[in-house]
Amino acid sequence: MLSSELVIFVSLVYVGLLYAIAWWGDKRARDGHSWVRNPTVYTLSIAVYCTSWTFYGAVGTAARNGLEYLTIYLGPTVIFLGWWFLLRKMLRISKAHRITSIADFISSRYGKSTQLSVLVTLIAVVGTTPYIALQLKAIATSYTVLTVWDHGMVETAQHSLSIFSDSGFWAALGLALFGILFGTRFIDADEHHEGMVAAIAFESLVKMFALLAVGIFVCFVMYGGIGDLFAEAASNPDTAKLLLLPENGAPRWLTLMMLSMAAILCLPRQFQVIIVENVDERHLATASWAFPLYLLLMNLFVLPIALAGLGALPASSDPDFFVISVPLFENQSLLALLAYVGGLSASTSMVIVATIALSTMVCNDLIVPALLRIKPLRLTERDNLTGLLIFIRRASIVVVVFLGFAYYRSAGATDALAEIGLISFAATAQFIPIMIGGLYWKGGTKTGAQVGLVVGFALWGYTLLLPSLADSGWMDPALIQNGAFGHPWLRPESLLGLTDFAPLTHALIWSISLNTVFYVVISLFTQPSALERIQATLFVDAFSRKGQDTVIWRSSASIDDLYELVERFLGRERAFHSFREFGWEKDTSWRGKGEADADMIAFTERLLAGSIGAASARVMVSSVAKGEMVSLDEVLEILEETSHVIEYSQRLEQKSHELEKAAAELRAANDRLKELDKLKDEFLTMVSHEFRTPLTSIRSFSEILVDTPNLEHDKVERFLSIIVRESERLTRLIDDHLDLARLEAGHSDWRAVDVNPRTVLDESVDAVKGLFDSKGVALTTEFSRQSVMLHVDRDRLTQVFINLLSNAAKFSDPEYPSVIVRGEAIDGGYLVSITDNGRGVAQNELETIFDKFSRSGKYADDQPKPSGSGLGLAIARHVVDHCQGKIWAESPPGSGATFRVFIPGQIMEAIDAAKPESSGPDNLILGR
Amino acid sequence: MNERPKVLIAEDEETIVESLSFLMEKEGYDVSVATDGQTAISMIARDVPDMVLLDVMMPGCDGFEVVRAMRGNATTRLIPIMMLTAKTREVDRRKGLELGVDDFVTKPFSTRDVVSRVRALLGRTEH
Repeated sequence: MLSSELVIFVSLVYVGLLYAIAWWGDKRARDGHSWVRNPTVYTLSIAVYCTSWTFYGAVGTAARNGLEYLTIYLGPTVIFLGWWFLLRKMLRISKAHRITSIADFISSRYGKSTQLSVLVTLIAVVGTTPYIALQLKAIATSYTVLTVWDHGMVETAQHSLSIFSDSGFWAALGLALFGILFGTRFIDADEHHEGMVAAIAFESLVKMFALLAVGIFVCFVMYGGIGDLFAEAASNPDTAKLLLLPENGAPRWLTLMMLSMAAILCLPRQFQVIIVENVDERHLATASWAFPLYLLLMNLFVLPIALAGLGALPASSDPDFFVISVPLFENQSLLALLAYVGGLSASTSMVIVATIALSTMVCNDLIVPALLRIKPLRLTERDNLTGLLIFIRRASIVVVVFLGFAYYRSAGATDALAEIGLISFAATAQFIPIMIGGLYWKGGTKTGAQVGLVVGFALWGYTLLLPSLADSGWMDPALIQNGAFGHPWLRPESLLGLTDFAPLTHALIWSISLNTVFYVVISLFTQPSALERIQATLFVDAFSRKGQDTVIWRSSASIDDLYELVERFLGRERAFHSFREFGWEKDTSWRGKGEADADMIAFTERLLAGSIGAASARVMVSSVAKGEMVSLDEVLEILEETSHVIEYSQRLEQKSHELEKAAAELRAANDRLKELDKLKDEFLTMVSHEFRTPLTSIRSFSEILVDTPNLEHDKVERFLSIIVRESERLTRLIDDHLDLARLEAGHSDWRAVDVNPRTVLDESVDAVKGLFDSKGVALTTEFSRQSVMLHVDRDRLTQVFINLLSNAAKFSDPEYPSVIVRGEAIDGGYLVSITDNGRGVAQNELETIFDKFSRSGKYADDQPKPSGSGLGLAIARHVVDHCQGKIWAESPPGSGATFRVFIPGQIMEAIDAAKPESSGPDNLILGR
Repeated sequence: MNERPKVLIAEDEETIVESLSFLMEKEGYDVSVATDGQTAISMIARDVPDMVLLDVMMPGCDGFEVVRAMRGNATTRLIPIMMLTAKTREVDRRKGLELGVDDFVTKPFSTRDVVSRVRALLGRTEH
């Protein structure tokens, strides 16, 4: 037994040495003369696989179960010897996609799914916690053994110690500090922690050396050589059986071997050192034989030590710690101390790497995606996020370490070290189906992976974790005995009646098989997204492709935007160097406001993925590039869009045709307007002529009268009368024009009253009597007996009749002028016909005489020009139209002309012509 | 011995014919009247006047036609023509002048004006 002060001192010195190596390793890396980048260090770092489980627990397992312990090392050996197939692919893919953790790897494969990465991270944390606890237990127990050992010692119950006397606590603290100092000082784009790698490589050497030392001592000092040892063991029936392979141990052996194969791939710490920290693929080729060699050396003396311990030490000794207790027993304190240091190395290296790996995952794949989703934080707009990221990682380390500590305090006391380790292995083994599937089967979908994982993990928890907690007294053992809800088929250790298997095997059978089943089945039934398909192809076909991303960015981002983004996450220096290198390689500009091409955007994404994970990197880059990756689905969408666009443009063409037609119509209308304008001009000219003619006479004669004082009296009279007449003519002309203008513009007021057309006709005849008499026109009138009541403007109607009568008088035969006026009530109204016996109207002019000014040119040359204004008929038509009636002319050849006017109205009882019409509302009604 | 100058008035409006006739006769000219273009042309051909007072707007062929007819004929080419019109547009005035009209008067015209212009035109060609 050794004094605790000595042990503590040695521990501290050793840890100090580790810190120094780590610090120096980091410094050399910064300076560019890295120690770490060589295959030997790489292989030694992979040896972190041999934790205190190996250092102490292997002997314990050998002591209990013989050669079974080898299985834990056969698995990795197989994997590494066959590195060409699996490990190489994983490495290639991870480097191409800048994978930073196993969560990153899995989520990246399944479409950069944040959900998956969260799930994997959680499982990893939960799964690793027992393992960390295992290391802490090993440290604490080895310390105790070293300092308290006495012949015939029994293990003390650790959890009765207070926390501060528990060496495990101090170990946890020291390890957390190491992780903070050497795991999280910088956010390196590649997640290389060279100082850490240097330290654990050193530790791998130490532990190997220590174990070999103890082994050699046992074989050649305690005994007379290996043969001697084995002979002695064989002679003891208890130990003899350990030398043989058990008959029905095959299932467990197979299970353990497969479990260890899974472990070397899926344990977060292994992924970290094998894949993430790797700097050269060729190192893997070296490790492929060097690591199995290391394993061989480590395991060489395990069985001898176990046998020696069993032989020498009392039966109650804990075989897990034979490595220390055997030298102690043989009074080899120095050797024991060396063994202790070796065990310390084994434990601390595991915790260091595991916590750093987990902190990366927790930060990148758990916290940052969550924070990105919380919009109010506006992470994407913050300037410098490295500080935040570092803080998150450091906090994660502390949390993870002390979670392990908590587990160790609560549940680690009773189980053998190996069993705890196996529980941990089984948890991370849940990743295997989806990882192997992800690497070789393109059909694996995100949903399938998620469901498989959840199912497997749940089963693991139920079948392994719960019993472990129950065994430590944290849970009611009744659940374990009787099953959930008391149902024997739901017993955690023998679900559905499978009782033939040891708990571990049983748990693995259920969890892995159902995990796989669900993964496969759900994948078959779900559709992968386009991104998933792309990632699947990139992963599964990693060797057939050149490893370049085939996604196309359809977006726009300026180079400076991307540069600033990288600066934010990786720091100024890193951004500068990376971009400059990129620019030189591609011979393209790497700063400026120019648009970044797809290559640069993909490069930026990869760069960022190295430090914040692929999923978050994608989010960040998308936020800067104002577009998205184009995937197959999106291409199809674009095609659909294009067809819509084509349809739309066809409609546009149609519209433009219609527009053209409309434009043509407009042009035609414009032409018509111009014509009308011309007509208007002609009209105005015509009108002007109409007015000027009587004016000319008036003026001329007035001037003559003035200039000829001695004019004959009869001439004077004549001229004066002409003046008067022409003045009247002019006045009528003006009046008619104004009237027509008013009618046409609708400015006339119409006062419609009840009117008897018969009466109106009578009045009109009276009005033109003078004219008729002066011309000697004979007038005949004929009226029907029936009367009709019209509802029209009385004056206007009169005007029409007078006009027609005047015309009739003017155009009657010059020798025997005669006009007949006829008025008759017909169905729906009243018809007035005025007939003259003149030359009539030419057939082709029956319509046009109602136009303005139509009188010029229509009469035979020898007819005297009428003195009317030519507007009379036009006015008449307007009025009649307004009364809803009709006016027209008939002129059968050789019998003069008849003008007819029809006004709609209501037929009344036949009344006497003399009876005046009434205009009250009680009258019968109204024609309109 | 001088013959009295012969003036042809081609105008379809009665009262204007009357006033113009009175004026011309008062000046001592012989007046003949045509009330449309065709008649005017035939009368001019038959009985060559010394002066023609021509209205533009006449039924049948208008005043311009008469001018063309006159100017096209050697005998009547040099006879002075005065056009009377209600059309005041520049284009008509120019048209007439281009055709060879000697003077243009718009209605309503000043009688004194017309008389003095006729006198002037006749004076020029007095032989």
